[in-house]
Amino acid sequence: MTRPAPPSIRWTNWNLLLLIPLFMLVTPIFNRSGPALFGIPFFYWFQLAGVASGVLATSIVYVKTRTAPTATPPGPEPDVDTLDEGAVR
Amino acid sequence: MRWTELVVFVLLFGAVTVLGFVAAKWKAGGTLDHLDEWGLGGRKFGSWVTWFLIGGDVYTAYTFVAVPALMFSAGAAGYFALPYTVIVYPLVFMPLLRIWSVSRARGYVTPADFVRGRYGSSVLALLIALTGIVATMPYIALQLVGLEAVLRTLGLNGSGIVGHLPLLIAFVILAGYTYQSGLRAPALIAFVKDILVYLVIIVAVVYLPIKLGGWSTIFGAADAKFRATPAPGDGLLLNANNQLQYATLALGSALALFLYPHSLTGVLASRGRNVIKRNMSALPAYSFMLGMLALLGFVAIAAKTTPLVNQATGNPDTNTIIPNLFAQQFPAWFAGIAFAAIGIGALVPAAIMSIAAANLWTRNVYKEYLRKRATPAEEARQAKLASLVVKFGAVAFVLFIDPQFSIDLQLIGTVMILQTLPAVAIALYTRWFHIWGLVAGWVVGMGWGMVMLYNIPSPDGKRAHFGTSALKLGELSLFGWHPFAGSPAQIYVGFLALVANLLVAVVVTVIARRLRVFNGLDETTVADYHVDEGAKELRPVAAH
Repeated sequence: MTRPAPPSIRWTNWNLLLLIPLFMLVTPIFNRSGPALFGIPFFYWFQLAGVASGVLATSIVYVKTRTAPTATPPGPEPDVDTLDEGAVR
Repeated sequence: MRWTELVVFVLLFGAVTVLGFVAAKWKAGGTLDHLDEWGLGGRKFGSWVTWFLIGGDVYTAYTFVAVPALMFSAGAAGYFALPYTVIVYPLVFMPLLRIWSVSRARGYVTPADFVRGRYGSSVLALLIALTGIVATMPYIALQLVGLEAVLRTLGLNGSGIVGHLPLLIAFVILAGYTYQSGLRAPALIAFVKDILVYLVIIVAVVYLPIKLGGWSTIFGAADAKFRATPAPGDGLLLNANNQLQYATLALGSALALFLYPHSLTGVLASRGRNVIKRNMSALPAYSFMLGMLALLGFVAIAAKTTPLVNQATGNPDTNTIIPNLFAQQFPAWFAGIAFAAIGIGALVPAAIMSIAAANLWTRNVYKEYLRKRATPAEEARQAKLASLVVKFGAVAFVLFIDPQFSIDLQLIGTVMILQTLPAVAIALYTRWFHIWGLVAGWVVGMGWGMVMLYNIPSPDGKRAHFGTSALKLGELSLFGWHPFAGSPAQIYVGFLALVANLLVAVVVTVIARRLRVFNGLDETTVADYHVDEGAKELRPVAAH
């Protein structure tokens, strides 16, 4: 399945990371009470910890696609985008 | 009457009101007489403003009272809000970038604008716009339910019309500054709201468990409560029957969230693609907070909090659980801050929702059908008026109709907005679907979804219709055929309706393509979906 991507969609395999947090829909993984953490059953603290998976997935994709020329509208100099992307707060 | 709380509440509410009116001048563009300015804040919000704005928009007051209330009464099943708000950002990461770019390139203000441009079909665009307006209205009404839960806990729990008066006053003020400042008002107020909310929740989840003997005591009390009730669906864990419902409800809600016009308004108001990307990583901070907040439902069980009886309806209102918990456990001044956080938390989304609905009305009904040659200034004037109509429509909902009806409608609203997924989200990637396939899929998904919801009684058996969005698979009927007869497992109705929608859309598309039916004109180009801020050829904001 490594056909060249059609021009309208700019694909990178990093995007597949975005599917990882979907494990949170597989309830049998975490539908149990032990082991508890600070008295909180596994079901609850596992899903709270799952928030990190979403943050990691989107952060990695952001960093990995940042240097790629995401925008190539006709006209502008490439350094305009680079400048804006450098302005991380 | 709780005087200390009331004074703190009124002070904070007053401060926010001033902010709302001042906001008109904040980062002001050349004019407010353009939807880019009034309705999208000039399309120039950076990462921080966008984080507060979308966070303030998506995590509403109703969420803050309803999710813990659901945990209080049902247990684990209410926790679906957490996986829902975790998976949503990775899922929408790429589509949101595309819709931002194409909207920026073409000057679209609403999702229906995009559909209009993509398919050149005013019928399809009208369907999308009406779905958006109808789904948003009860959501605004729900914010009022959240606000009223706080006002009643404060002691303003009168009966009849007098009981609704404080709510009415709050809403007249809200309508005033939204009319004047547009999206800038909720964007500025969101800072106050979110800081207050974070403060209150962090204090609550640290202080209350210590005070009540630790998390194990709290979960123990919750477990004991659920074991004592006869209801089979509640408990500290999911059971064999509600796991599929849990997963499909989380997935369906995640897919629906950014199809809601008000969520998209927050996205389109941002400055560029990188602002959106950063926010996809930063917004889960709110999800984590929501996950902690949800546990307060169990804290309320351990603290033996009871819901307040609503004097206007005479029924105990579980939505008052969290305000009541705060009133009971916190010193008065801090409870006042907590109430203000929830109350202001209702104003921000209500303002954004009314702006989004007004934008839809103006762009996709007024300009499309009533006044084709409307100038940008006329559009802005129309949208301002529409935002007033929308808000007072929502107030009328709460005043004259049982609040339960708003809750039912919001249940319906998410199922409805999910049916716009093929025409809005899939169309961002491909134009393969035919206009009539999308229309047919919408009709079937909408119709079947409504029929299913209508036929589901509430779990306690008190109401025969619109009880929950969980359908027993055994009762799933395809023209009288029951493919899963006898199965007690539950599934989310919106998910089934979306599957039906997609199937019908595919079949009708294949037929329409065979018959070579005209499939509209696409005004967008491939490059439109990738433009970013700073590009030289971008159309200027708020010019025609």
